[in-house]
Amino acid sequence: MSRYTSATDADRREMLDAIGVGSLDEIFESEIPEEVRLRRPLDLPPGMAEQDVNDHLGKLAARNTHCDDEVSFLGAGMYDHYVPALIDSIITRSEFLTPYTPYQPEISQGGLQVMFEFQTAISELTGLPVSNASMYEGPSSVASAGYLAKLETKRRRFVISRGVHPHSRETLATYAAGFGSEVVETPLDDAGATDVEALAAAVDDDTAAVFVQQPNFLGTVEDLGPLVEAGKCTGALVVCAADPLPLGILEPPGSFGVDVCVGEGQSLGNRLDFGGPSFGFFAAQERYIRKMPGRIAGETVDAEGRRGFVLTLQTREQHIRREKATHNICTSQALNALAGVIYLSWLGKRGVVELAELMLRRTHYARETLGLERINPGPVVREFAVRVPDLDGLFARARDAGINPGYRLGRDYPEYEDGLLVAITERRTKTQIDQLAALCTKGSDPLSVGDSRGLTP
Amino acid sequence: MSEAVGATRTIYERSREGRRAFAPPVLDVPDVPVADLLPKGAIRRTPAELPEVSEPEIVRHYNTLSKKNFDLDTGFYPLGSCTMKHNPKLHERVAALPGHARLHPLQDPERAQGALELMWRLQGALGEIAGLPHVSLQPSAGSHGELAGLLLTRAYHEDRGQERHKVLTPDTAHGTNPATVTMAGYEVVKVGTAPDGGVDVDDLREKATEDVACLMLTNPNTLGLFDRNIREIASIVHGVGGTLYYDGANLNAVMGISRPGDMGFDIVHFNLHKTFTQPHGGGGPGSGPIAVSDRIEPFLPRPQIVRREGSNGSADAWFDLDHERPKSIGRLRGFHGNFGVFVRSYAYICSLGADGLREASEMAVLNANYLKALLGREGIAEHLPLAFDRHCMHEFVLSGTGAKEKLGIKTLDIAKRLLDHEVHPPTVYFPLLVDEALMIEPTETEPKERLDHFAAAVRAILEEAAEDPEVARHAPYSTPVRRLDEAGAAKRPVVRQPVP
Repeated sequence: MSRYTSATDADRREMLDAIGVGSLDEIFESEIPEEVRLRRPLDLPPGMAEQDVNDHLGKLAARNTHCDDEVSFLGAGMYDHYVPALIDSIITRSEFLTPYTPYQPEISQGGLQVMFEFQTAISELTGLPVSNASMYEGPSSVASAGYLAKLETKRRRFVISRGVHPHSRETLATYAAGFGSEVVETPLDDAGATDVEALAAAVDDDTAAVFVQQPNFLGTVEDLGPLVEAGKCTGALVVCAADPLPLGILEPPGSFGVDVCVGEGQSLGNRLDFGGPSFGFFAAQERYIRKMPGRIAGETVDAEGRRGFVLTLQTREQHIRREKATHNICTSQALNALAGVIYLSWLGKRGVVELAELMLRRTHYARETLGLERINPGPVVREFAVRVPDLDGLFARARDAGINPGYRLGRDYPEYEDGLLVAITERRTKTQIDQLAALCTKGSDPLSVGDSRGLTP
Repeated sequence: MSEAVGATRTIYERSREGRRAFAPPVLDVPDVPVADLLPKGAIRRTPAELPEVSEPEIVRHYNTLSKKNFDLDTGFYPLGSCTMKHNPKLHERVAALPGHARLHPLQDPERAQGALELMWRLQGALGEIAGLPHVSLQPSAGSHGELAGLLLTRAYHEDRGQERHKVLTPDTAHGTNPATVTMAGYEVVKVGTAPDGGVDVDDLREKATEDVACLMLTNPNTLGLFDRNIREIASIVHGVGGTLYYDGANLNAVMGISRPGDMGFDIVHFNLHKTFTQPHGGGGPGSGPIAVSDRIEPFLPRPQIVRREGSNGSADAWFDLDHERPKSIGRLRGFHGNFGVFVRSYAYICSLGADGLREASEMAVLNANYLKALLGREGIAEHLPLAFDRHCMHEFVLSGTGAKEKLGIKTLDIAKRLLDHEVHPPTVYFPLLVDEALMIEPTETEPKERLDHFAAAVRAILEEAAEDPEVARHAPYSTPVRRLDEAGAAKRPVVRQPVP
């Protein structure tokens, strides 16, 4: 008997008798042509006892340097936030962990109500009236907003600021190659903010959507008003990617009149997990509700007039509309979105402001204290970019000190070859920031020669 | 507080001004006014209306909600095409290890060797199971894998200087197939179904032109039937220069028994949340890796996980992210895919090994055929006839036409009445080809008694309907709510809590 199955020899005999065959092979031989049957065992190792799998996975995990092993200033899209214990306690409940999509609403009211609450929280944070029940993750949500704009406007061009996450820009280009759209990138200005004039100049009558990010990839707080105005002048949709936590203190994209706000939800109570799973969010103006991608939960009543929730507006979706669907997405990231809404309930109306203010103050403190040349000298939150004269040396010294200084900008931004992106969360204390600053200062001393070994192969 | 009221309140309706669960860390840097750090226009004027609730009440709220969900750990869940098999508990433990859960995706590959090795090993195992050597773990779900497959197809044809416009899908296909075709900029051409439930080969031959980029197929198909003409189908499509895409939704039927690569497919997606035990989570997360043949490999998404031989005479191989892929279609998402899912699926493959994976598929087929036999007995079969009378693979499809005509109850009524028997109903009204369809997939992890109970429940519902069809028509009765007004919900959508 293999792991997790339960048919005994007696069961097997009884079941085969009921089917009316002498053996299972009889079924396979009658149904699967000889030439496509595998005539050998799979070339995989034999199965292992649970304790051996446990130990094997433990050994692999031990070869990773994680955020408890070092003080990490890495961010660039995913962040080392504290995840409160009540999230673990709730999302490991089998009633949330093991059901499928709520196709039978009578026995899925828990999951459906969670979606409704999630949609409300995202709607509040983004300042937009409608939200779906979540997307795969951030960058593919950006690309999906592009697809919505293409359906809505029938136009063929996207204009995207270089301040949008490099993974989002690349994902949009990947998707756009499929449905035949062109992606035009516009530059950042000398202060690491989107160059509004260049953006305005790139928008034409064939532009379906304009994409910006708040705060942008470098942590710059963008001046959304003029960007939205520039984007809208020819009737294009304006899509803003946003980090949900700083929205606790930043004026929400919705109040600047953006059409769609999307983003990566990891920072809301989700693990880092080496990049996934997390969730994406997708909020929009009311007029797009019948074209939005993904699941949407709606309130209704049951046969006895009691309040209940269902998946709604399903005529947008692939299982009903097939080739006429507004997107091919099948599911939401329900469990990750649940972690998100629990996290936002835990923070609460005041907490989300307090946490964002703490990040804001520590971000500015860190930038001051590091004392390096600023790539984006204007207002920043949660992240900032600086030039480090001896970047390799800093990384080598920092590694010895148990510190990961941040993300090297060179691969994505050759113009910032010596750039370092430093991320700040509520876990990065003043003491830790001061330690990083000391390492940076040491590097500027010409007598101190660091190891020049690069870290990124 | 009445539970009847309390049970339907949202977290917002539990909110009271001034309550809180979160205590912020101490401010250890200068208390600079926000107005000195942000421009006036950027500062939020109206706070986001998030709930104000204490920790004990948050816990009670979500625990109360959880009790209104039916889940796989509690009962039988034969939802066709979804492979609701047991989710081993070990997987949650190993996925939660800090070396996995607390690992930043941009950690230097040199310092994430365990994670990259795990991914590389999983790629190898999936490639072997599919019979296709090159794997990308990046797609986030089956539908995302499908999109990847068609973008790869497009890149492959364009690389050869060809522009093609059509993608063939059988009329039994999952809805995601045609939806993906449109999203990838192609036109859907439907291929019919033959009397034996497989692809209508003559229809295919007629529609397979030089303008066809790809055929998307599920095998066994959504009727649970293995297409015996698969080699011929492959040769027709390859004959006109198209690619063959395998929707891996039904891979649980054939692990170690038959491989898509050996059938002639060029591109396969896996649903790690179906075949490889990632818990469905109420609708996600999933993960949809793809495996491809040599000719498609140059176009795979980047970065790829690669194993590099040790340099300078060092014997130790190491693992890396390869971004230098000039013909790649590019990224499909951020970072490297749903790593947390990879951990669980890799643990599953380690636990079962080659023999165990094959046995899992064998038991899935045994369970499905046994349940099909039970439901084919007198008293049931005349009301719920089999759509196609052959041995099935891991699932099968019944038609509720008999019950509708003779008993006056629809498939929907049977599904709702099953809720009162404490089992999850099958997938209903799919595939579209079958009237009043019930698509049943028991999976290998169900013991015989659960299947017996399900068959008895179906029989009891039909017998009850013969006496009084009104009972089923108004079911369910024992659930937290009764049938819900879905039409009303769509007509006047209320998709968020009104906040004062």
